[in-house]
Amino acid sequence: MAASNDNDIIIEVRDLVVKYGDRTVLDGINFQVRRGEIFVILGGSGCGKSTLLRNLVGLMRPYSGRILINGQDFTAMNDEERTDARKRMGMCFQGSALFGSMSVGDNVALPLREHTRLEESTIEIMTKIKLELVGLGGFGDFLPAELSGGMKKRAGLARAMAMDPEIIFYDEPSAGLDPIVAAGLDGLIRKMQHTFNLTSVVVTHEMESVKQIADTVCMLERGRIVGLGALEELRALDYPYVQQFFARRAQDESQIDSAEYLRSLTGLE
Amino acid sequence: MTSVVGYSGRAALDALHAGGMVCVLIVDTLNWLFVQPLRGKGLRLRSTVEHFVEFGVRSMPIVGLICFLVGVIIAMQSAYTLEKWGATKFIANLVGISALRELAPLMTAVLITGRCGSAITAEIGTMKVAEEIDALHVMGLNPTKFLIVPKFLAMLVAVPCVTVLAMFIMILGGFLLSCSPLVGVDPVIYYEQTVNSLVAKDMVTGVVKSIFFGITICWVGIYRGFQVEGGAEGVGRKTTSSVVTSIFLIILLDLVWTTLFYFA
Ligand SMILES: Nc1ncnc2c1ncn2[C@@H]1O[C@H](COP(=O)(O)OP(=O)(O)O)[C@@H](O)[C@H]1O
Ligand SMILES: [Mg+2]
Repeated sequence: MAASNDNDIIIEVRDLVVKYGDRTVLDGINFQVRRGEIFVILGGSGCGKSTLLRNLVGLMRPYSGRILINGQDFTAMNDEERTDARKRMGMCFQGSALFGSMSVGDNVALPLREHTRLEESTIEIMTKIKLELVGLGGFGDFLPAELSGGMKKRAGLARAMAMDPEIIFYDEPSAGLDPIVAAGLDGLIRKMQHTFNLTSVVVTHEMESVKQIADTVCMLERGRIVGLGALEELRALDYPYVQQFFARRAQDESQIDSAEYLRSLTGLE
Repeated sequence: MTSVVGYSGRAALDALHAGGMVCVLIVDTLNWLFVQPLRGKGLRLRSTVEHFVEFGVRSMPIVGLICFLVGVIIAMQSAYTLEKWGATKFIANLVGISALRELAPLMTAVLITGRCGSAITAEIGTMKVAEEIDALHVMGLNPTKFLIVPKFLAMLVAVPCVTVLAMFIMILGGFLLSCSPLVGVDPVIYYEQTVNSLVAKDMVTGVVKSIFFGITICWVGIYRGFQVEGGAEGVGRKTTSSVVTSIFLIILLDLVWTTLFYFA
């Protein structure tokens, strides 16, 4: 692999198709993520953002298409190779997914305890550093249930950062948080990227945080990419759905395809 | 009519599918129980011990209490018939045989299903709903090693242990009632009668049976837990069905086992 310059591609998705049963949820997805950038996947609820993310981290196998991470085909790996590849990725889940039976500190220390042979005292120090990094120093002994929503997301980030990953994935980091806490999280995502030259893939439907963090935006509508590029390029696109998103306008009733509407009512194809 | 055929066909297919899934889970568990530790991937001993305490030690008070009462009850029921023949000392035989071969393993299994089988389903289901299982995968940690193997090992040991305790307590219950003024059997005679009527095989059948009950409770709980979809009410639904399925399979297993020993 070439030395890491600005145009170094770390994730490449080619012709990705994902189905749940017979239903196609993602269709013909193609994009590339450069090393060290913040890549935002934007779209309305139910358009397949989380599904795309689940494919990128290998929680789901696509119906067809390829996902290359650092040039290696993630979809063709066996379990052992995938486990190794995953040690270089972190993921922040929508609901934080902290283990409820363990303290916040133990949550963060878990990957270190399982994947490394470090001394317990070293692990404790590293855990403290990670918690400090996300602004949760001193909360190591709290249980996840004792934290607020924003703090849980921060703790989830600390856990995702535990193994010093190259790529970090965020599923709706600011969903369900008040604007101030959400802005704090956006700042944190930026800080992580700056400090560690971390590649970040962020799924969101919040225009505000896109404006704050995005280097590249990939806009999805019903499982297809309708816009891909820097924020300004996207804003210039003359595509109704994209414009609606920027203007935060409701869908114009007259634009709803009447045949489709009928289909959705009757459930017939 | 067609609906009956359709329904039973679908039920049979579902059962087959469930069987297949459970087989996959079992192979995976055996892999993480025997093969992977040899490759230096370790077992989670601490978690296993914690689960053993939860499934075994903490079940003892309630299982003990209920089995004591059941012992008292079967002694009373036996006395009702045997008194007419003046053969009350044979209560000891009846209580001993039923406790060892049947009631202690069964009551223990049913109670542990209610206490722990449901808890296993709820725990795994909640973790699934909260994306915690996905989080394990993403961190490169295997859910079988993390969640299943410790529960499986703990259950495998806990159920037989509690069953043996239940056997003795049930016999004690029968003994206390029979030797009380209510029935009035001589304690020494009752003791001798118990010792003479029981053979090692009686206890072995009970204990072996209870091992299979433990495996059933654990597997049904885990399988139902991984089936959970869609939020908190999904967890509730599968927890209920975990208990029902588990008790049904325990009775079925009991029938097969008893038939084998009746003819063998
Ligand atoms: N486990 C599943 N089984 C079937 N369909 C699903 C499943 N998960 C999501 N879907 C469907 O796939 C579509 C995309 O879902 P998702 O990726 O969660 O959307 P988003 O995260 O953008 O809100 C939705 O229409 C949803 O109904
Ligand atoms: Mg989503």
